[in-house]
Amino acid sequence: MWYYEKKLQYPVKVSTCNPTLAKFLIEQYGGADGELAAALRYLNQRYTIPDRVIGLLTDIGTEEFAHLEMIATMVYKLTKDATAEQMKAAGLGGHYANHDKALFYHNAAGSPWTATYIQAKGDPIADLYEDIAAEEKARATYQWIINMSDDPDLNDGLKFLREREVVHSQRFREAVEILKEEQGKKKFF
Amino acid sequence: MSSNMKYWHPYISPFDPCPPVRVKRYNTPPNLYMGFQPYGLEQFSPREALHRGTLWPALFSPYESPVEANMKKGMRE
Repeated sequence: MWYYEKKLQYPVKVSTCNPTLAKFLIEQYGGADGELAAALRYLNQRYTIPDRVIGLLTDIGTEEFAHLEMIATMVYKLTKDATAEQMKAAGLGGHYANHDKALFYHNAAGSPWTATYIQAKGDPIADLYEDIAAEEKARATYQWIINMSDDPDLNDGLKFLREREVVHSQRFREAVEILKEEQGKKKFF
Repeated sequence: MSSNMKYWHPYISPFDPCPPVRVKRYNTPPNLYMGFQPYGLEQFSPREALHRGTLWPALFSPYESPVEANMKKGMRE
């Protein structure tokens, strides 16, 4: 089970009215390498991973939900006061027609989130390598979004999230090293 | 030399509905450990390499299903 703390992991500040950025940020909300996919990927894989690395998947999967909240807050702040006209000008006309200002789990191109974005192969090495790849792809996505954003306050939050991807990748790589250790091999005497 | 297969003991609950599998295994093939492949590794004969899928014993990763492994064990006993 989880306890909920009613605050964000890192403060989200948006200082310029630029709804177009919301269109790009939604990639990290409902995209293939977004925070939702990450959270669900890790929290599902953890059941069948050797018990020495279950806790890692639980902790990182939980943190991904904290990141999801930050992205949601950014998207909400960028769109909550936009007129229909502004939504349309920002490239969010399709989103507005379907959802008004509601957030939805789709990527920057509007494709809805799908479970085919994630994998659970059951082989611990394969699953952890997928997780490492996912973290690197999420890091790259944050970089591309930062490249398109000129809001220093928003970028501050995005740079925090990017750094967390770096740390998570490192932890997953350490998990692979743990599983490679010879202490788990069958001993013949 | 790294081992090709690792074994671990999952938690067994007294309330599990099915008979427990006490030992689970996962594969750790040699490519996980090699890094950049060194020059001059020992080689299989060409014929054996074609059969095994690699020229180098250091990269050969045998795999047998649990059923095959148990059959071998049964023959030894």
